[in-house]
Amino acid sequence: MDVVTALNLLAPRLSPAATGARNARRLSGGASLETWAFDLSDGTPLILRRRPDGALPRETALPLASEAALIRAAAASGAPTPGVAHICEPEDHLGEAYVMLRLEGETLGRRIVRDDAFATVRPGLARRCGHVLAQIHATPTDGLPPLATSDARGELARYEGVYRELAARRPILEAAFRWLGAAAPPPPERPVLVHGDFRNGNLMIHPDHGLVGVLDWELAHLGDPAEDLGWICVNSWRFGEWRKPVGGFGDYDELLAGYGGDIALDRVRFWQALGSLKWAVMCLMMYQSFATGADRSIERAMIGRRTSEAEIDLVTLMEQAA
Amino acid sequence: MITHPTAAELGQAVAAFDAEAASPGDARHVFLSRVADNARAILAREAAHGARLEAEATERLVGLLGETDDVETLNARLCDALEAGRLAPLDARVLAHLRETAIAQIAIDQPQYGGLAALLDAGDRA
Repeated sequence: MDVVTALNLLAPRLSPAATGARNARRLSGGASLETWAFDLSDGTPLILRRRPDGALPRETALPLASEAALIRAAAASGAPTPGVAHICEPEDHLGEAYVMLRLEGETLGRRIVRDDAFATVRPGLARRCGHVLAQIHATPTDGLPPLATSDARGELARYEGVYRELAARRPILEAAFRWLGAAAPPPPERPVLVHGDFRNGNLMIHPDHGLVGVLDWELAHLGDPAEDLGWICVNSWRFGEWRKPVGGFGDYDELLAGYGGDIALDRVRFWQALGSLKWAVMCLMMYQSFATGADRSIERAMIGRRTSEAEIDLVTLMEQAA
Repeated sequence: MITHPTAAELGQAVAAFDAEAASPGDARHVFLSRVADNARAILAREAAHGARLEAEATERLVGLLGETDDVETLNARLCDALEAGRLAPLDARVLAHLRETAIAQIAIDQPQYGGLAALLDAGDRA
């Protein structure tokens, strides 16, 4: 059964007033997950997130039912999320999938950090991100679906292992692994629910209402709260607004003030640097799929050249640490 | 020495893209056309500056390691020395070389990247 037909049959179960679905269209070209936008006949705007038939989940990615359960748990602790409307069952003929409400806003970082439309929400956005991360991290971990636990040393070891397998010889990355290995903080006393990919692109920003939804929970896990705070400070998500470390729209002190609690800036900056190092290794991994012939697209080849963007950021951070 | 991908691999990827037939209104093809244009710009910058930047890198590596060899071998030795801890990551001479290397590479890959301005800016808060 195709997706459009299946959505049409599912519609009355999503809303008693709906007789069918309309305007179903596939949004992103992601290989591991499909995203569809559609409307119920009563006008309700919805999103279907679905693993394509036969596609295997990424090694570290969560099953979609777990992702939906996490979104519900984070919403219960106050975090803005797209409300989960339905977790699909076999009789829905949609495979591994769930349906959520479609939020209005923008995810493109370049627009969020530059466009006039977002000028009024930008000044408060870093503080708001801190507050929302505090809500996510306050989610009770009892009763969550099974999640991996990681810490700074574990992440460093994992990415160094990938880097060694790729056999790339990049002195800046060698130096960064040694530097961060020596600087890694101990695991947190109490691991929290970490979103794992909290950055421009996964934040739905409304021009009037600001951050209205945290998307893409695929990489959520238990770990160090500073990981999420550091990741949104990686320069690669600032879209040229490099003077504003938090997502290209705010400062560290605003992020930390919004967060509250007692996370040290040093710990956030450690995770920011580890974030740049992870991004460098990810770029090399994506290039590798070009080099081995798994994906010969020009896009895959070119992302390898973005390794140098993470490298120049790492040099800046190492100079500041020296 | 500029790798991941090398200029030759990048050239092959551009040629393969150019050989693909596009159907009108194909959004993915429009996106990939822009990527291919960026790739051609990288290849042009590398053709113009790559050899000089590589010669400069070789000279720095000879100074840092105190031995003479081709750039690829010297680069691998620097990686080995950093991995084994014979050279410290925050050593001033190491960092000076890494700084110049990063600037040279970004000048070819992404000269507009904000990280270059951040590195050059003394009062950088990044």
